[in-house]
Amino acid sequence: MNPAQQLQRLGAWALEQSRGWGHAAYFVFDLLRVLPPSLRRFGLVVGQIYAIGNRSLIIICASGLAVGFVLALQMYYALVTFGATETMGLIVNLALVRELGPVVAALLFAGRAGTSLTAEIGLMKAGEQISAMELMAIDPRARVLAPRFIGGIISLPLLAILFSAVGILGAWVVAVMLIGVDAGNFWSIMQTRVDVWRDVGNGVVKAFVFGVICTLVALYQGYETEATPEGVAYATTRTVVISSLWVLGMDFILTALMFSTP
Amino acid sequence: MFDNPFIEIDHVTFGYDNTRTILSDVSLKFPRGKVTAILGGSGCGKTTLMRLIGGVHAADKGRVVFDGEVLNTRDDTQLFRIRRRLGMLFQFGALFTDLTVFDNVAFPMREHTKLPESMIRDLVLMKLNAVGLRGAAHLRISEVSGGMARRIALARAIALDPELIMYDEPFAGLDLISMGVAAKLIRTLNDTTGATSLVVSHDVPECMAISDWVILLANQGRVVAQGTPKQLMDSLDPETRQFVRGEPDGPVKFHFPAREIAEDFLR
Repeated sequence: MNPAQQLQRLGAWALEQSRGWGHAAYFVFDLLRVLPPSLRRFGLVVGQIYAIGNRSLIIICASGLAVGFVLALQMYYALVTFGATETMGLIVNLALVRELGPVVAALLFAGRAGTSLTAEIGLMKAGEQISAMELMAIDPRARVLAPRFIGGIISLPLLAILFSAVGILGAWVVAVMLIGVDAGNFWSIMQTRVDVWRDVGNGVVKAFVFGVICTLVALYQGYETEATPEGVAYATTRTVVISSLWVLGMDFILTALMFSTP
Repeated sequence: MFDNPFIEIDHVTFGYDNTRTILSDVSLKFPRGKVTAILGGSGCGKTTLMRLIGGVHAADKGRVVFDGEVLNTRDDTQLFRIRRRLGMLFQFGALFTDLTVFDNVAFPMREHTKLPESMIRDLVLMKLNAVGLRGAAHLRISEVSGGMARRIALARAIALDPELIMYDEPFAGLDLISMGVAAKLIRTLNDTTGATSLVVSHDVPECMAISDWVILLANQGRVVAQGTPKQLMDSLDPETRQFVRGEPDGPVKFHFPAREIAEDFLR
């Protein structure tokens, strides 16, 4: 391949990329435009909070508990060497509310709720339900996408808080009940050293950002999918991969911005 | 009949991508208040034509005129206004699978009107009664057969008494009784509401029985013939005769264009 052809391919790739980004940006602005009217029909949003949030409770609670268990065990083995097991409550709490809660809840959310959103909207498209709405003079972005978007960004911060809370309880079970770490120490160090706004608050902000990312990706992939069984299958896979990469990348940036000073 | 057409397709060219043209320089008029049938083989652009009228796609060239108004797919306000005046029956129903039969028919009423729920109930049951499915109002969409789904979709399409009703293959997959009922219903609806009806189909006898005007399309939307059902049935044009009589051979080839058969089998 000569340099001119290489340049041509590079140009075509750049054009395709910018077209894709432009299309996605247009999708996001269009969705934001229809959010206010959708808020007036809050019943639809409540239905989505139930479908997206409530139905993710089992996976979130089970994962939070398991993460709390192993976190306490691993921390104990590391801290006991230095006689610092009384700090376990603090470490577990900070690890969960700052990082693991928002990130793991978001990854689970992408796998559980994100794929379900993509597949549902993709199949609606394949079954011409989206076209039918358009031809009934009903904007599918306002009727289908907006309630799901609002439901998603409300649900994920709540799920992340729940994940952290269940995780801390799990760590308490292992540390205090099984290993015998002092219960007073476990709780009191959290009360004195964990800041509600800086630590818990920033964790919730992270979860909100991840909620926006995961829900947007899921909706975009579903709405723009090729309306075939293969298209929907690829779209659901892409939802998980793209959401997860965005969450992990964004987590690093947000952590650097939020917790760069001690 | 054509002095003041409800829909006019004026030199329209359209393709879903640059590689294939679905409609090439098509010009048609659909008379106001009449049932017009568009007949043609699969892939000749019948459904695409309906989507252009509904503003789902924009014509690459030419214009679509809806009751004297040139359609501009970029003008959301105009699209909204025009779509409020039309109802469409989709080929596979396109029913909302998360709703019941009742809620599907009530959907456009709830979205577009502020009617009290008691009135919506009565209207929905009347529409469902017209298609013989009043008793199925409580069923979920997963519980109804394909033919029933089509009839429910028909009830939904006429929910707001539109001025233009487009039927995409209304008879496909229906048993003989349902087919007869659907055909009669299309004709009755047209006569009682004064709506303009557009039926896209390849069921020749049903369309001939209920239509005022018939348009026969070939590939890329080429108009083979148009006229009253009787004119088409009596036509001596070989292509028209082949289609309306369902003859396997004639000007319309059964085989997709291919190289000589010997080249494939006698090598």
